[in-house]
Amino acid sequence: MEWLARLGSATLARFSAMGRATFVLTGALIAKPQPMKHIPLTIQQMYVVGVQSLSIIVVSGLFIGMVMALQGYTILVDYGAEGSLGPMVALSLLRELGPVVTALLFAGRAGSALTAEIGLMKATEQLSSMEMMAVDPLRRVVAPRLWAGMISMPLLAIIFSAVGILGGHLVGVDWLGVDAGSYWSIMQSTVEWNEDVMNGIIKSVVFAFVCTWIAIFKGYDAVPTSEGISKATTQTVVYSSLAVLGLDFVLTAIMFGIE
Amino acid sequence: MNSRKTEVLVGAFVALAIAALLMLALHVANQGARGNGETYNLYAKFDNIGGLKVRSAVKVGGVTVGRVENIALDPQDFTPVVTLSISADYNEFPETSSVSILTSGLLGEQYVGFQPGFSIDGVENLADGDYIEDTKSALVLEDLIGQFLFNKGSD
Repeated sequence: MEWLARLGSATLARFSAMGRATFVLTGALIAKPQPMKHIPLTIQQMYVVGVQSLSIIVVSGLFIGMVMALQGYTILVDYGAEGSLGPMVALSLLRELGPVVTALLFAGRAGSALTAEIGLMKATEQLSSMEMMAVDPLRRVVAPRLWAGMISMPLLAIIFSAVGILGGHLVGVDWLGVDAGSYWSIMQSTVEWNEDVMNGIIKSVVFAFVCTWIAIFKGYDAVPTSEGISKATTQTVVYSSLAVLGLDFVLTAIMFGIE
Repeated sequence: MNSRKTEVLVGAFVALAIAALLMLALHVANQGARGNGETYNLYAKFDNIGGLKVRSAVKVGGVTVGRVENIALDPQDFTPVVTLSISADYNEFPETSSVSILTSGLLGEQYVGFQPGFSIDGVENLADGDYIEDTKSALVLEDLIGQFLFNKGSD
């Protein structure tokens, strides 16, 4: 009986959390647009979320491209197929690693910061005092961060893929001596704009939405104590990563599963 | 952090992303490879197309002149009909030309090898919608091995 009650209360808590998450999302997104007021706020947040994540994205993209070229070369060279290094690096980056690794890094670098910031605003009662002044915190605080995340992450994923391909060029062509012409030309004849590049961008838009939503909701819903904020930050990173990896499988199955 | 500097940095960030997208578009993907220029369609019937796919290359002496537009099965005689979309720059192939399905390298992609025929008097050029009569099917390795074993057995 006791465990039944616990199961029930856990289920109810899940559902009410999902309801509150939807409430935060609709409250932030569905409103009369006020471009004069909100575009500067969004740009400010894009600086925090996007520009400040740039260094980690560029460095990881470069090294992941370099490692993939190195690993791919040692296998492909046995078959005399090292000319296929270009498409291998480009396709894995554009289809999978670009969107997914960017989303994971974004959750760790920017998502956790968003949660902690909004959680601390709640703990220090900045959000309630905004409400007292008839300023809707969902629109003033949450909406710019949501938009900034959703715009920044696809841009970061594109940069990640491009830098990774250059990194692969650095190791594959400049160091290991794959022919530069075949690196680029076989890549060009293999990679499709719609099939590979656009699908990767669609993936990163979905991940951006999910990661930012989780980060913002966890901050907005945090228990307003120092312990609660630390827990919410941890949950943001864990839930975002799991959601990204799970969704990635679903999206890949939809996009590339059936020929 | 003043607002002006933020705006400049965000602008640089977006510009960088656009530059990366342009690089992907121009250097990595083959978006422009088929769209530019007029094309015309030729048809060819094969007995077996092997691993030929839509968008495989059509090559004359190694130079790509077009792509496979469509692959369908003729409902009457159940043979594959391959639609070749050839660039209109190359519109003077004689009727006696032949096509065969070839493989680039031992394990590579399959492509359509186009062998221009001799143009002598009375031979017209191939035009849009024409069928190429002289075709050679893909080499299926299993058939080859089967034939080899059969010949060995009958010795």
